[in-house]
Amino acid sequence: MTPERATGVARPRRKLPLAEWQLALPLALAFASIFLAPLVMLVGVSFFNDDKITQPGIGQWVKFLGDPFSYKVIADTMLLGIKTVCATIVIGYPLALIYLDASPRLQKVLIFIIVMPLLLSVVVRTFAWIVVLGREGVVNTLLLQLGIISEPLRLLQTELGLVISLTQIEMPLMLLPLISVMSRLDPNLRDASSALGASRWRTLFKVIVPLSMPGLVAGCLLVFASSTTAFISQTVIGGVRLIYLPLLIWQQSLVVFNWPFAAVVSLTLLVSVLTVVSALSYLGRRSGGYVHG
Amino acid sequence: MGRRRSLGDLSYSLVIGTLATLALLIIVSPVVIVLTTSFTEGRSLKFPPTGFSLQWYEALFDASQSRQIHRAVYNSLEVAAWSTGFGILFGSMASLGLARNRHRLARVADGLFMSPLVLPGLTFGLAALMYFTLIGFRPSLNLIIAGHMIVTVPFIIRTTSASISQLDPALNDSSQSLGASWLYTMRRVTLPLIAPGIFAGAFLAFMASIDNVPVSLFLSTARTDMLPIRMWGMMESTLDPRIAAVSGVLIAAAFLLMLVMEWTVGLTRRMRD
Repeated sequence: MTPERATGVARPRRKLPLAEWQLALPLALAFASIFLAPLVMLVGVSFFNDDKITQPGIGQWVKFLGDPFSYKVIADTMLLGIKTVCATIVIGYPLALIYLDASPRLQKVLIFIIVMPLLLSVVVRTFAWIVVLGREGVVNTLLLQLGIISEPLRLLQTELGLVISLTQIEMPLMLLPLISVMSRLDPNLRDASSALGASRWRTLFKVIVPLSMPGLVAGCLLVFASSTTAFISQTVIGGVRLIYLPLLIWQQSLVVFNWPFAAVVSLTLLVSVLTVVSALSYLGRRSGGYVHG
Repeated sequence: MGRRRSLGDLSYSLVIGTLATLALLIIVSPVVIVLTTSFTEGRSLKFPPTGFSLQWYEALFDASQSRQIHRAVYNSLEVAAWSTGFGILFGSMASLGLARNRHRLARVADGLFMSPLVLPGLTFGLAALMYFTLIGFRPSLNLIIAGHMIVTVPFIIRTTSASISQLDPALNDSSQSLGASWLYTMRRVTLPLIAPGIFAGAFLAFMASIDNVPVSLFLSTARTDMLPIRMWGMMESTLDPRIAAVSGVLIAAAFLLMLVMEWTVGLTRRMRD
């Protein structure tokens, strides 16, 4: 097939001296040499037994997959992602509903509030939670003054503190796709549902939630992929006692300098994140088909 | 029945309202709290802060005290500028070449160019470190620029392709049937129409580069320190209060940038669509 036919554009009188698709070649070359080649090399390095990268073998894979500790770390990492996704849905979805009902002026303010944290460095957002959750932080000061607790709670370096922080840090990633899908919903559908006697709860679960499924799934994907690999938040708020895959990769590659083992762990991270992500997007496509079918 | 329904509606408003308020509180309050604490008079970052002073900002802007931070800021800006520049060039070319192309290979290439968005950044960061080291490159800003270009170019491709797909093909055809050359059509018709899309993407790419952790974590060294990595160091060991001042500056910068982008290209509208 010739490139001209492939593009399917009407033949121009004076065309570019090269076919249109060739404009993508520079980026394709860049991706081949500094994206695909490193990833291929990563796979290669993982199949070496020693940290000098001289003896090929599957020793590192056997070592990692034979250790029960590895499975605990994988499970903890995936669970952290799932908990964060649930938390962002529980408080993010209602905010999207409020956005849907708001006046255009209020919508502008809300979208500003939602997008603004996205432009703020993840490190700043993580730091903010140290100030909020620390021993002398906002939460402890407030609870102490109200007399609810008698001594400061330990919130930093706990999974609870980490999930709370990640909920705020990843929230825009849930809200933007949700709002984008929800604002395209036909408002008549909701009116029809309530005119036919459905309560607002019923309308929510029978009409709005199924129709906003593509946005919800997209949000879950982004939040899951981002929170499971949030190295800075995990190390700073979770501390070194809560071990997730990103910390393990960092320790093995830049502290212990065992590159083959680090390669094994990072490929495990890649595979586990991509598995969950593709399962979710498969579910998303199925639910989309169910709604429109 | 009427009463039950109103009770249901009341509970709906109550539950949804409470949760949404909680969401807004969680989104906004940490930012406000950090801004407030950055003006503290004390030596620690407790809340509510004691007194008001600009001491941490003074320490931050002092050239001799905070040389490392300043260098990290310059490095981050330089890397973001170059990687976004290359991203605009290669990314918009690729979008122009592929956005209307239905061929299977074009779809595969498009998927490849967007894949850094879903691939865990740490995996690519580690792969890039091994690759560059094993083929004999020494750590430098150039390598970080290359890495950042790969992970930020998807933002440019996404917004540019969206602009191209909204472009009426008839405009192109009529320009060319009136005798304009490909280059003239590109310069006078296509580029002016898709420019807002390219700018919005470039803005997102620039911010993503400034904020990038996974690639910088592996590719930067003490000599090529990057701002997020330096800030991580300031939080990791003993909490350095200057980080509150850095955060304050970054919050102000993000706020200003957001207003500017809203006025010029309507950023929030673009992100919603």
